Formats: sequence, structure tokens, C-alpha cells
Amino acid sequence: MIGLVPRSWLNTLDIPPWVWNPLSISLRAAFEATIVVAILGIALAYLLAKGRFPGRDAIETVCSLPMALPPTVVGLYLLTRMGGPGPIRNAEVRLFGHPLTFTFTGIVIAQIIESFPYCVRFSRTAISVVDPRFEQVARAMGLSRWRIAFLVTLPLARRGIVAGVAMSFGRALGDFGATMIVGGAVPMATTMPIALYNAVFYGSHQQATILALVQLGVAFAILLGVSRLGRLQPW
Amino acid sequence: MTDALEVAVARKIGEFELDVAFTVESGISVLFGPSGAGKSLTLALIAGLIRPDTGTIVIRGRLVTDCARRIHVSTQERRIGMVFQDGLLLPHRSVLDNVALAVRQARGSRARRAIAHSWLERVGAEELAHRRPGSLSGGQRQRVALARGLAGDPALVLLDEPLSALDVEVRRELRQLIRGVIISSGVPAVLVTHDAEEAEELGDVVIAYNNGRVTGRRSVARPHGPEPEREEPERTESA
Repeated sequence: MIGLVPRSWLNTLDIPPWVWNPLSISLRAAFEATIVVAILGIALAYLLAKGRFPGRDAIETVCSLPMALPPTVVGLYLLTRMGGPGPIRNAEVRLFGHPLTFTFTGIVIAQIIESFPYCVRFSRTAISVVDPRFEQVARAMGLSRWRIAFLVTLPLARRGIVAGVAMSFGRALGDFGATMIVGGAVPMATTMPIALYNAVFYGSHQQATILALVQLGVAFAILLGVSRLGRLQPW
Repeated sequence: MTDALEVAVARKIGEFELDVAFTVESGISVLFGPSGAGKSLTLALIAGLIRPDTGTIVIRGRLVTDCARRIHVSTQERRIGMVFQDGLLLPHRSVLDNVALAVRQARGSRARRAIAHSWLERVGAEELAHRRPGSLSGGQRQRVALARGLAGDPALVLLDEPLSALDVEVRRELRQLIRGVIISSGVPAVLVTHDAEEAEELGDVVIAYNNGRVTGRRSVARPHGPEPEREEPERTESA
């Protein structure tokens, strides 16, 4: 996402590196996490809303767990699974050449886990409330299940799905606990919330205030966008 | 001559039991009765949206449901056109796209849209082709829904209270249109209503329903006025 903004334009803003570095890491990590969350989350939400299969409630509960757990618990679990000995760590080493703890990819994974439930729950609700008669007419028209999903159900649930994806982005952007534990506050994994914590910890209250204001601005922009999407008449 | 539709089904939902048997020929057959009599449930069974507990359904000579032999042709493969009370047009697609999506006898977007356009002309809605359903009146929506129900060259068209959400004037106007277009298309239709006047004006046959049973059947005598001539729907080479 940051790549979409010309570097020369960013240079003119004269943003100090202690703001820019964590901001760019935060936005990039949240953006990458949101792409994964949107693809997997919408697919799972559709399955949960439309499918009748054993274990559906269990899957939904497991997916929602990060909403109920403190992020530090999720972070600790990821740290021990991704960083401790075991098949997950072995797979990381095989695929990436090193464990993913204390890396940028590690914090993206932590943010995926943390923000996943928001996308799934919003999307599932939006898909569930689509009037089933639209799908019945589409079936009578001879449309296949895939075409009904992509041409009928998902477009009709669009507003809720977009809101869910936006909320996931906001959650990923604001995550502190899981990101801190998995990323370890190393420079390449220092997001805005971690930079703010560091500033407070080292007594730089002015920096902390500025970092907090920037985060406030970003959060405000996201919530405003979501609220506008909610009111938008897309057709 | 093969009946357009043969229905002999039973289905229990909670305390309600539907147990009906009837046949219909070409033209419009009306299922008439009070709300909760099982008319719409019958349409859902014919469309294959719900499976009966027992019985058979034959659409134009093709067995689509036979519980004893575990035959259940999917809704997609029954070649049914459906028209609901509130049109149910896809709000994110243009009127033309809504109708074109139902066209299954042609391949390619251009051929589908040409057929869709010809059906919009037949229902007097060609000028609405590029509008979104949200900007249409109730009557316009039902015209488009009728075009969509017929555009896919269906073996049978099912209309579930298609006029009940409209005001009296529009309803009167659309009755003539629905009858004219369906008769001229040659597609047999089953229409559900609880309005006696509507049943009389639209139906060739009225099948009375009450409490999940067929309680009567009669043909509607029509004056020898000009009935619309049957037209062959437009087809394309790729059909």
C-alpha cells in the first residue's frame, strides 16, 4: 500500500524516521495480513453461513477465540509454536531458511491470527442475512453454486464483508500484544504501537505523544471509512 | 397429449401437512386459496427447492422427483422460471444483466443480451434495460421479473403472488400483460394467488387449496376475445 504513494511525495512531508519507520512497517504488515485474512476469512465465512457439516460450531468457536483471549496469550502461543522445537518451526526453516519469530513475516502471521475473527464474523453475518430467495431464483435460472456465490450472494453481502475486512485491517494495525511477543520489538518488526511503548518506556514523552496522535489519526480515518461504507448505497 | 405438469406429493413441516395431487396442461393454472394453505410450498416442491416426503413430480413428461426411486433433479436442471412477489432482481446489476443472466439457451454475452433485450421488449420494459432495479417502480420490477422468468426458455414458469405487492391500478394492467406474454410464449405456468379476481382473470384452470389439500378444480370460461398468438421466443445459432 505504501508503495502506491510516490517516494518523492513522501519525502516532501519530511516525516522523521522514528515515525515513518514504524508507520510504514505497521501499514505494510496490516495490509499484507488483511489480504490473507480477506481471502481465507470470506471463504470460511461463506462455508460457515451456507454449509451444513459436522464440526461447524467448533470451527467457528476456534476462529473466534482470538477475540476473547488477551493478545499476549495468542502471542505466547505463537512464540512457542513458531519459535520452539516442533513441526511448525521445522516447516518454517524448510520454507524460509530460518524461524519466523522476531521477523516481519512473524508479525504478519500474528496479525493474521488476531484480525481473522473480525472478518469471519462480519462476513458470516452479512452472508447469512442475504434473502435466500435471491439464491433460489438464481438456482432456477440454472446458475451453478460458484456462480451463485460470486454473482449473487457475495455482492449482496458486500457491505458487511467490506466492513469486516476494514475492521480486520484496523485490528491488525492496532495490535500490540501478539505483535510484541512474536516480533520482539526488533527494528524490522517494530510497529507503531510497539514504537509508542518503547518511547514511553525510555521516557520520550514528546515522541510518544506524536506517535499516539498519528495512530489516532489513522484509527479515526479507518472508522470514518467503515461508517461511511455502512451508510453507502452501493446500488 | 402430455400434461405440462403432474404433481402428487406429500410433505410435513412441523404441524402442517401438505398432501396434494393434480395435473395441469398448457396455459396458466392458478393455485388459489387462503394464506397458509400450502400453495407456495407446492411451488417450492415443483421447483426442487424442497424435497417432498413422498410422491412424484413430472414436468412436461420428464420425471424430476420420485421419492420411491430416490430421483431428485436439481433446481438448476429443471428448467424452471420463477417470479416472486417482490421481483427479487439483483440490485447490483442492470435490468438487462438481470434478464441476460437467466438466458441459458445461448452462449456468449452478446447472444444472451440480445435474447434478454427481446424479452424486455415483449414485456414493454426495453427502455429500462440500462437502469438499476433500485430505481424502478414495483410494476416495472415485476415486468422485468417476468421477462427474466421466461428468458431462459423454461419448461415451466412458476409465479408466487407476483402482483400482491402492487396497487390496484398497476395490478390490473399487469394481469393483462402477464396473461398475454405467458400465453404467447407457449410456456405453461403455475401461479399462486389468494385473490379471487386475479385467479379468475389470469387462470385457465383454478385449483382450490385449503389446509394443505386440493379442495376443487375448475376451468375458467373465456370469452372468444382475441387471445394472444403464440410466438416462438428468439433463439440464436449457438443455442
